[in-house]
Amino acid sequence: MGFFAWTIKRIFDYFKLLKPAFPIKEIGKRLILTLEVAIGQTKILRRPVIGMLHALVWWGFIVILFGSIEMIVDGLFGTERILSFLGFFYTILMAGGDLFGLIILVAILIFLIRRNILKVKRFEGVEMKKISHQDANVALGLIGLLMVTLLGMNTFYLLSTTHEIQGFYPVSSYLAGFFINVDYETTLILHEANWWGHILLIFLFANILPYSKHFHVFMSVPNVFLTKLKPLGYIDNMPIIENEVRSMINPESGAAETDQEIGRFGMKDVEDGTWKNYLDSLACTQCGRCTSVCPANITGKLLSPRKLMIDFRARMKEKGPQLLKDKSFDDGKSLLRDYISEEEIWACTLCNACAQECPINMNHPDIIISLRRYLVMEESAAPAGLNSIFQNIENNGAPWQFSQEDRMKWADEIFIQK
Amino acid sequence: METIKIEVPQMADLFAEGKTPEYLFWVGSAGAFDDRYKKVTQSFVKILYHLKTDYAVLGIEETDSGDIARRSGNEMLFQMQAQMNIEVLNGYGVKKIITCDPHDYNVLKNEYPELGGNYEVTHHTEFIWNNIQSGKIKLKPTSNPEILTYHDPCYLGRANKIYEPPRNILKALGYNLSEMPRNRSFALCCGAGGGQMFKEAEKGNKEVFIERTEEAIGLNPKIIATACPFCMTMMTDGIKYKNREEVTLNKDIAELVADQLVY
Repeated sequence: MGFFAWTIKRIFDYFKLLKPAFPIKEIGKRLILTLEVAIGQTKILRRPVIGMLHALVWWGFIVILFGSIEMIVDGLFGTERILSFLGFFYTILMAGGDLFGLIILVAILIFLIRRNILKVKRFEGVEMKKISHQDANVALGLIGLLMVTLLGMNTFYLLSTTHEIQGFYPVSSYLAGFFINVDYETTLILHEANWWGHILLIFLFANILPYSKHFHVFMSVPNVFLTKLKPLGYIDNMPIIENEVRSMINPESGAAETDQEIGRFGMKDVEDGTWKNYLDSLACTQCGRCTSVCPANITGKLLSPRKLMIDFRARMKEKGPQLLKDKSFDDGKSLLRDYISEEEIWACTLCNACAQECPINMNHPDIIISLRRYLVMEESAAPAGLNSIFQNIENNGAPWQFSQEDRMKWADEIFIQK
Repeated sequence: METIKIEVPQMADLFAEGKTPEYLFWVGSAGAFDDRYKKVTQSFVKILYHLKTDYAVLGIEETDSGDIARRSGNEMLFQMQAQMNIEVLNGYGVKKIITCDPHDYNVLKNEYPELGGNYEVTHHTEFIWNNIQSGKIKLKPTSNPEILTYHDPCYLGRANKIYEPPRNILKALGYNLSEMPRNRSFALCCGAGGGQMFKEAEKGNKEVFIERTEEAIGLNPKIIATACPFCMTMMTDGIKYKNREEVTLNKDIAELVADQLVY
């Protein structure tokens, strides 16, 4: 528990290095969104079959969580089934947990088969290293073991208890039938073993998560709650540039010739990103739905929205600890180029399919735009085609080389017949 | 049968007469200069004329919305364009804007407000559908209900959740509306957004517009309908690339409506 607290504190410290994204307002709207998208799983169910399997695992987790809390309280205070006073509700909780234990176990087996035997295309890609698959398999394996010990615990509870049975266990009652001939002493030991196995796995799992892509388990609900609420088409304003242009157009407007430190335009490295970029990257479990709908990726380009998230998190893991010691730390590397190449950044059509698809409302185009802003405004490093439209827009107010005076020519000859 | 020439009212002229029209029709750079999309602008003007809508355009006082500049990372240029436009629009006291360009629709509606430009912005598909519903636009259904498919522009669909008005119009026109596998929020981009239309594509194994055109022509449609100048360019290129010019037409919804108006 101590180690877990240390890890979490460290991650929160990184957030202090980052830029503001948006004020957290409209709490009611956010709660409704959380109910829909997180609890109700509306976005993962855009793929109904596999989405439903995930939803069952997640809903199962919620039900089983009550049992886990009870176990920890029982363990700490030496009580026995402290929540059983809930009566009928307790029966439902236990029955639900027992049933979901089996459902989750089956789902985990299907997930393992999809990843390791069927090798679903969505789980592959340049950013999907061997370690990503190991990470996934470890998490899936742990969840599987958690369910095995849960069912084991319930089964041998039924066989070993000398008191009246608290709760109802449909799956374990069935399983108990196979162990009916095991002697009483052994059932006691097996119950204890499963109980301890389960609780130790919970602590192990919790401590592995922050270092794994399955940190998702903790971060995705907060990430949904902290969704960027604007329409997907909206791009964040840059007030510094807004004011600079205002004073250029109208010098008397008094619009701030600010003396404040302007800093860097756009994003070159992680510390130029917002807290939301980092939160997204922590919540990402690399499911790859974003990449599977990306027009650039579908047509063989290097860009993969999932990689943006993986890269952001990896770079923060590398640079964050140094930045905490020294804000001006520079290792000669940056998120741009050392992690995310210009080729990837410029392949994006900003169609927002990735953000639309993300089951937990991450926003990948935000990262693309910030990186582009850096390239264009700090390095003038736009592709040639874009530089020439910038010039045209500046000179004649359109991306093409037509005179502003010709802007009404389309209206010269419009006829209808009546 | 008589031929009537439509005069497009301009804001400056009306202003000089002390008039403020109800709507500003935002033409957009593509609507004003792209040869193919100019036809769409003209078609939409015919619809406005038919409806006797009280409107005007900015004419040569309009300048690029800055949308492509912003999405290409050139915030400085976007701010120049946006602030100049807002000054002109506010100077004329504009309250309501209609446009045929989903990209301009998006910046005008979602991004101009925080720079001081607050307008009620309507896309031409919403505008047309509202007027069909209220009975002001009457259409003669097509005599030949061919297969038609509709390509969702990203900045109308995903960006602003306008999926049904275009489809409702197409149904009202009497076409046999056939959906691509990827439609509405699942729609695949035409490949032009985010500045792509003006630059070389990055290395890959296919162009996005070809992927999307193949999906559309898989339905063997007579018409691929769109509601965006960039989608129009891309789908037209795709049809050419696939040598389907004889078989498949690429039409904007405004053109289809203008052709089937009951005067």
